[in-house]
Amino acid sequence: MMRAFFALLGRDLKLAMRRRFDLLQPLYFALLVCLLTTLAIGPEPALLGRLAAAVTWIAVLLALLLALDGLFRPDAEDGSLELMLTAPAPLPVLVFAKVLAFWLVVMLPLIVCAPLFASMLHLPGTQWLPLLLTLLLATPCLAWLGAICAALTVQARRGGALLALLLLPLTVPVLIAAIGTVDAALQGLPMRSPLLLLGAGAIAACSIGPFACAVALRLGLR
Amino acid sequence: MKLPLWFHRLGSPPTFYRFAGRLMPWLYVLAAGLTLWGLYGGLVLAPPDYQQSDAFRIIYVHVPAAWMSMAGYGLMAVCAFIALVWRMKLAETMVLTAAPIGAAFTLMTLVTGSIWGRPMWGTWWDWDPRLTSELVLFFLYLGVIALAQAFEDRRAGARAACFLALVGIVNVPIVHFAVKWWNSLHQGSTIRVFSESTIHSSMKWPLLVLAIAAYLYFIASWMARTRVALLEQHAGTDWVQALTQGDRHG
Repeated sequence: MMRAFFALLGRDLKLAMRRRFDLLQPLYFALLVCLLTTLAIGPEPALLGRLAAAVTWIAVLLALLLALDGLFRPDAEDGSLELMLTAPAPLPVLVFAKVLAFWLVVMLPLIVCAPLFASMLHLPGTQWLPLLLTLLLATPCLAWLGAICAALTVQARRGGALLALLLLPLTVPVLIAAIGTVDAALQGLPMRSPLLLLGAGAIAACSIGPFACAVALRLGLR
Repeated sequence: MKLPLWFHRLGSPPTFYRFAGRLMPWLYVLAAGLTLWGLYGGLVLAPPDYQQSDAFRIIYVHVPAAWMSMAGYGLMAVCAFIALVWRMKLAETMVLTAAPIGAAFTLMTLVTGSIWGRPMWGTWWDWDPRLTSELVLFFLYLGVIALAQAFEDRRAGARAACFLALVGIVNVPIVHFAVKWWNSLHQGSTIRVFSESTIHSSMKWPLLVLAIAAYLYFIASWMARTRVALLEQHAGTDWVQALTQGDRHG
């Protein structure tokens, strides 16, 4: 079981490394969102600074959405998804490997670069750490919600817009909790409890997510 | 877990078709009667509000629609659960036929709320927790409808939509509490339409009557839609053939 897990994880990471330029896609997309938002709002540092955390979060969310279609679709197209569904190893374990690889390849670079984007938007210095922490704690939950939606749409005719319609309403609580944490930090309030809440969400997502995602994948199998 | 026999019988399309056909007219008549009674009570008998005068009367459309939009999602999710656990085909169909009705009630809630908000709050839209979570609910309904239609294979689409409905029902309360929390973090809206429960009984009973009417209408309309969907799905089968032949000959 663990061998299958690591084999799949290694395969996905290797595939990602072979197409290195694709790795940059979510990053420059998020940067573009920040750029366009700045152009729309105007260059005034005080105003931008107040919105910086929110804009960065939205940029990360949209970049995740863009990358999500690539989670299961290539595997469905070349047939390896069907092999996974019929493999002797339990499907939730395999799904866990795939989502972990996705998180490492797509979300981690975004998390690392997010403070950079935010500082380009004049984020106040006190909000750096909270932003980074909320991103670290909230992205597992986002990745699992996204994986469930991607699994549901993988057999559908068109992915993109549909995926947005399914995923974005589900991410509302995560976004609210994350921005709430950053705001609390800005006002000098303790951010321990919202961070714990996000952490609880991450743990719940990591434990329920694999099973829900496996069910969703099997539903599409005829 | 064992289900009673009548439940299995109802799962058969021809039986359900006949059962729903017999029940539907009664539900429609009852819903229409209750609506008229409730509207009479609400629009004519109930005294004008001391603060909002007659403008408060939109409550008699707004609140029953809001209750129904949430109850409708619950009913849909129960059907989705039955469809996925007991693999009942009829339940799959009923999930898909419930979604547009629920979405319509949600839209009605949003529109009437916005019309009510204009004179009372001085704005068409406010990011109040209830408004926000109702809007999210609307998108959840739309997601179910869109997902079901995105598949070549109708049943694969229906099953995916069922699963999404279940994911959504877990999310609805979380969204509600999250949005409430979010609003209390930001400066909350100081204008409150209700200061809970302080509604006089002469204003309250038409509300309850109309809520029941909305329920009955929802179920009647749900059955009508399901009947049509069943005819479409089973167009080639004997019982539909017999039905259409019977119609043609008299």
